[in-house]
Amino acid sequence: MSKNSDVVLEVNNLKIHFFTDEGTVKAVNGIDFYLEKGKTLGIIGESGCGKSVSAHSILRLIPSPPGKIVNGEIIYHDSSLNKDNGVVHIEQLNKKGKEIRNIRTNKIGIVFQEPMSSFCPHYTIGHQVAEAILIHNDELNKEQAHEKTVELLKQVGIPKAADRINDYPHQFSGGMRQRAMIAMALSCDPEILIADEPTTSLDVTVEAQILELLEDIQAERGMAIMLISHNLAVVSEVADWVAVMYLGKVMEKAPVGKIINNPLHPYTKGLISSIPKLEGELEELQPIKGIVPNPIDMPLGCPFAPRCERKVSDLCDKEVPAEIEIKPQHYARCFIYSEEVE
Amino acid sequence: MSHNNSRVKVEINNLKKYFPVKKGFLRKAVGHLKAVNDVSLRIKERETLGLVGESGCGKSTLGRTIIKLYAPTDGEVIFNNNGDSISVYDLGKKEMKKVRQNMQMIFQDPFSSLNERMTVMDNIIEPLVCNNIGNKKVRGDRAASLLKQVGLREGYLKRYPHSLSGGQRQRVGIARALSIKPKFVVADEPVSGLDVSVQAQILNLLKELQSEYKLTILFISHDLGVIRYIANRIAVMYTGKIVEIAKREKLLNSTKHPYTEALLSSVPKLGAKKDRIILEGTPPDPVELPEGCIFSSRCLYSQDICYNESPELTKQKGDHFVACHFSDSLDLRGIN
Ligand SMILES: Nc1ncnc2c1ncn2[C@@H]1O[C@H](COP(=O)(O)OP(=O)(O)OP(=O)(O)O)[C@@H](O)[C@H]1O
Ligand SMILES: Nc1ncnc2c1ncn2[C@@H]1O[C@H](COP(=O)(O)OP(=O)(O)OP(=O)(O)O)[C@@H](O)[C@H]1O
Ligand SMILES: [Mg+2]
Ligand SMILES: [Mg+2]
Repeated sequence: MSKNSDVVLEVNNLKIHFFTDEGTVKAVNGIDFYLEKGKTLGIIGESGCGKSVSAHSILRLIPSPPGKIVNGEIIYHDSSLNKDNGVVHIEQLNKKGKEIRNIRTNKIGIVFQEPMSSFCPHYTIGHQVAEAILIHNDELNKEQAHEKTVELLKQVGIPKAADRINDYPHQFSGGMRQRAMIAMALSCDPEILIADEPTTSLDVTVEAQILELLEDIQAERGMAIMLISHNLAVVSEVADWVAVMYLGKVMEKAPVGKIINNPLHPYTKGLISSIPKLEGELEELQPIKGIVPNPIDMPLGCPFAPRCERKVSDLCDKEVPAEIEIKPQHYARCFIYSEEVE
Repeated sequence: MSHNNSRVKVEINNLKKYFPVKKGFLRKAVGHLKAVNDVSLRIKERETLGLVGESGCGKSTLGRTIIKLYAPTDGEVIFNNNGDSISVYDLGKKEMKKVRQNMQMIFQDPFSSLNERMTVMDNIIEPLVCNNIGNKKVRGDRAASLLKQVGLREGYLKRYPHSLSGGQRQRVGIARALSIKPKFVVADEPVSGLDVSVQAQILNLLKELQSEYKLTILFISHDLGVIRYIANRIAVMYTGKIVEIAKREKLLNSTKHPYTEALLSSVPKLGAKKDRIILEGTPPDPVELPEGCIFSSRCLYSQDICYNESPELTKQKGDHFVACHFSDSLDLRGIN
């Protein structure tokens, strides 16, 4: 990935560990990526591999204790700042301080994976979205915030939005809550949107509408998007680059077409072949064999080695493969390719 | 109570679930939101019936009402409980508790369905404890083996839900629903938060359980690839009603309802921008439904009659049911 001035967020060698009674859970164990203005980075990977923890760390939302950023940088390039060339080291900010709060309300929006847990059950949806709008725009009055709320909920396709804003979260369907969450994240006109599985509860027609909405906003305002999704087809439609994670590490990254059409890492290959097909013969699905290693007791070598069917040598069990650019703009951590490159 | 056709596991007749719409300071009921609006279905033993439809169309409400987590507004559900046909809504609390052992739900929102204060172990065995099944060891063993079957190692038993990832929690929810070996499961988006490899593992597990103890499943999902893999038949729902239902391949290939056509055309495809039928507008207000067909306002093919008369779900060749005035004459695109 060649960096340029459009980079708005950089994550370098980030490690986030949870210190629990049973041991240290190395949830994120040295990842690098960056987000560019107007571009979408898709993140896919095994359940539990550290996608949400990475996302939450960008807004310093990791509960600590037990969690801690033990290494690395999260750099936000704030174009509105003159100081330090606009470089903000998010990992060094006070978790409860003014700066990170300002980033959360005005700069970086987040759509959480579980919408139910991000709404308070005792207030109406409309109240909660309006509140978020008011925090961001202190020049608006209540009525204007109300109008903007209805407008936003309409944009995400909530029918009869003007009436439904008086509903409580439990009165919304799963997908409606998810859309309300998206509306709330967009309410602050963020420069960066972190969307953690934003369409899991949406049927394909509504999903298409939402993805289109995000693309429109991105084109209009140059918003950078970090899209976490297990739906590879969705990622293939909207992402520019894709990072594939496994057990706290990025195993492969490349422009989306290369990942989908020519995956290099055995884990990525396994993933792509586990997608249930809609056309042709119905074949039995072959999940990747075995179980993810314990993040407390990590394998010494490649994290995927215990399940890999293409292990090349003992090396795989002994050393963690470095990230190498195997083909132009196509990076992976795998010993299969190390000779080819040398 | 009917004792016909023993192979039907769940028979749903004219089921309705309305929610009151309250307005104003006094919260007076001013109307009804018709979330489930006259649904009749038969789910056969060992069958997986896939249920798809637009977000907010009533899928979760239908699932919850079938197993009496919501009281119905009207209609009946007959459940074949070990050979006895039981009318679920006629049961008292005590009887229902017994039958509930055989009817479980995997909830759409794993976060709110697990008890935050209990460990993963206690969450999984709770249905067993509630029904006094097994001793400590039996329960513990079952929890451990189920957890492994859903792809989580034993170490997670001692954890609390908040320390799990979204997909890990979802799998605990699945293990919990299956711990009591129910005969019928309403699985509401059970694999929506799982990567495709773990998803494949769970789908294969459900299939195994079906042959092991004749599990019957109502499987709600928006992922048509998943539905095709797991379901024998597929039902398509729109604004509280079933608009089409047929065998899996039939529904996908000889699609007969315009809404199904639009839905299939929107399925995202790996590595390709699709030629989608974008539905304009939103579905009708379930509080004030239109006179005619519920899909008429967004249908590409609607004619006068569609705005005036509501089409019934009617049987066509080969057990294919469709609610459309023009299902005979329309030549719709299927999944290909
Ligand atoms: N508070 C915590 N204490 C201990 N471990 C934790 C805590 N929060 C998360 N973890 C662990 O960190 C790992 C990464 O979790 P994360 O939520 O980032 O996964 P994910 O990639 O988002 O998975 P999914 O796709 O299932 O949502 C998991 O193994 C999880 O169990
Ligand atoms: N407890 C409730 N009180 C009032 N209205 C409700 C309640 N539960 C659901 N509804 C409404 O009923 C309709 C159907 O909701 P339901 O949750 O069944 O939809 P769904 O098909 O499962 O949608 P999704 O795919 O988004 O989960 C929606 O309009 C919803 O807002
Ligand atoms: Mg997650
Ligand atoms: Mg639902």
